[in-house]
Amino acid sequence: MRFSFAILSVGLSLILCNQVVAQDNKSKADTEQNDDTDDLMAMLEDSEPEKKHYTTATFKTTRMVTGHSIENTGKGVLDFRVNHRFGALNNGTSTFFGLDDANTRIGFDYGVTDWLMLGFGRNSFMKEYDGFVKAKIMRQTEEKGNPIGLSYVGGMSVQSLPAPTNLPAGQEYHFSNRLYYLNQLLIARKFNQWLSLQLMPTHIHYNLVPTTPESNDLVAIGVGGRVKVSNRVTINGEYYYRVPGTEQIGYHNVLSLGVDIETGGHVFQLMLSNSRAMTERALIGQTPGKWGFSSTDAIHLGFNISRVFTIVKPKEFKN
Amino acid sequence: MKKIVLAVIMLCGVSAAYAQKYMTRTGKITFYSATPLENIEAINNEVACVMNGENGEFIFQVPVKSFKFERSLMEEHFNENYMESTKYPKADYKGKITDLSKVNFSKDGVYNVNTKGKMKMHGVSKDVELPGSITVKGDKITVYCLFKIVPQDYGIEIPGVVRDKIAKEIEVTVNSILEKK
Repeated sequence: MRFSFAILSVGLSLILCNQVVAQDNKSKADTEQNDDTDDLMAMLEDSEPEKKHYTTATFKTTRMVTGHSIENTGKGVLDFRVNHRFGALNNGTSTFFGLDDANTRIGFDYGVTDWLMLGFGRNSFMKEYDGFVKAKIMRQTEEKGNPIGLSYVGGMSVQSLPAPTNLPAGQEYHFSNRLYYLNQLLIARKFNQWLSLQLMPTHIHYNLVPTTPESNDLVAIGVGGRVKVSNRVTINGEYYYRVPGTEQIGYHNVLSLGVDIETGGHVFQLMLSNSRAMTERALIGQTPGKWGFSSTDAIHLGFNISRVFTIVKPKEFKN
Repeated sequence: MKKIVLAVIMLCGVSAAYAQKYMTRTGKITFYSATPLENIEAINNEVACVMNGENGEFIFQVPVKSFKFERSLMEEHFNENYMESTKYPKADYKGKITDLSKVNFSKDGVYNVNTKGKMKMHGVSKDVELPGSITVKGDKITVYCLFKIVPQDYGIEIPGVVRDKIAKEIEVTVNSILEKK
């Protein structure tokens, strides 16, 4: 009898307690306009793991305009890229505003891991082959932690024009004379959904320069950015400033302005630039024309088309 | 503040003492869009779900960025252009099992149930009623539910160029194993 009374009292107190809890929840629910699920919500919040989220889509694609952006192709993704840079707009109707005459680069990029990509391409200009690696060193996070992302690009290219035949007696034209090297850091920050900016300190080594006093090593600082005008369209720009004393004679700083248009599996980039080169050594260090419409100036229309193919499926899709 | 935290913890403790609750943080939700041109599938293995076996209340909470796609570009577009997951990081379904009396949590078996509640994603809430099933096996229950979503209902616009590649209705499958807490 006493035993059952004890059970009853425990039961009663539990029910009372339950009601208190329920009431408490109710009043809380009323103020927060929730539907009685506060205790469940609390359970979810308490068990929520602290997870870092890397900022994604700082730029739409792996190139800002012609130079690199901090984006890599995804792991196991092959990116087939076709780039065209046309002749100068100010050639007018005789070359159909330069469209008669195009420099092309056809290339493949591949994402080995989430942080490492490799690329290879062939340029019609000086029959140049280029290759590069791009590695993420630090990634921007959405939470506090890393306010910026940092990547490294290392590249090399070789031009394959026929060797010059008019060399002075006793001089040889070595294979190494055809080589160029690139070292570049990409420092980028996605400020918000519509604005991302990037800084690109760059070093380019030319094994051969036109004259002896010219430096074999070019140092340049690039700045670039994008403004997102809609979910599928961004406006991009990049400018490379060549540090005086390191630059070669007769060339100009390059400024390129572009639009990225994304259509499902493609990204289409359309641009205007005073350079029509697509390797950094020619783009940053050897752009012959200034922006403008006079006969010695040049503005070139160009486009990049990117089409991605998944080569290695993510682990969730392996079976 | 400390007192409030303490009070909340105590309340949780009290309720945990008698309520039957089931929970997981590794629930699975997949969705599938089928069109003649392209099939799109995505998998999320980080779904949080908690259910109260006493009154049938439950919450599903889906971290939108955890959906994995076969193509990484699709994943980026899904987050950037469609779900805008930086702005709306979580989708959820809060509701109640309306015929909880059918379910016997202490007896193994499959129980078909109906649910009613609010589904929220992309910043838009909608009242929904969804049928599903609960499979009880020991201390674990498996929640299964198959339903369809029309993206436009949640303010998700599909542009003309990809309209033929994305199904009008997206088929969503919930298949999550919850453990007794």
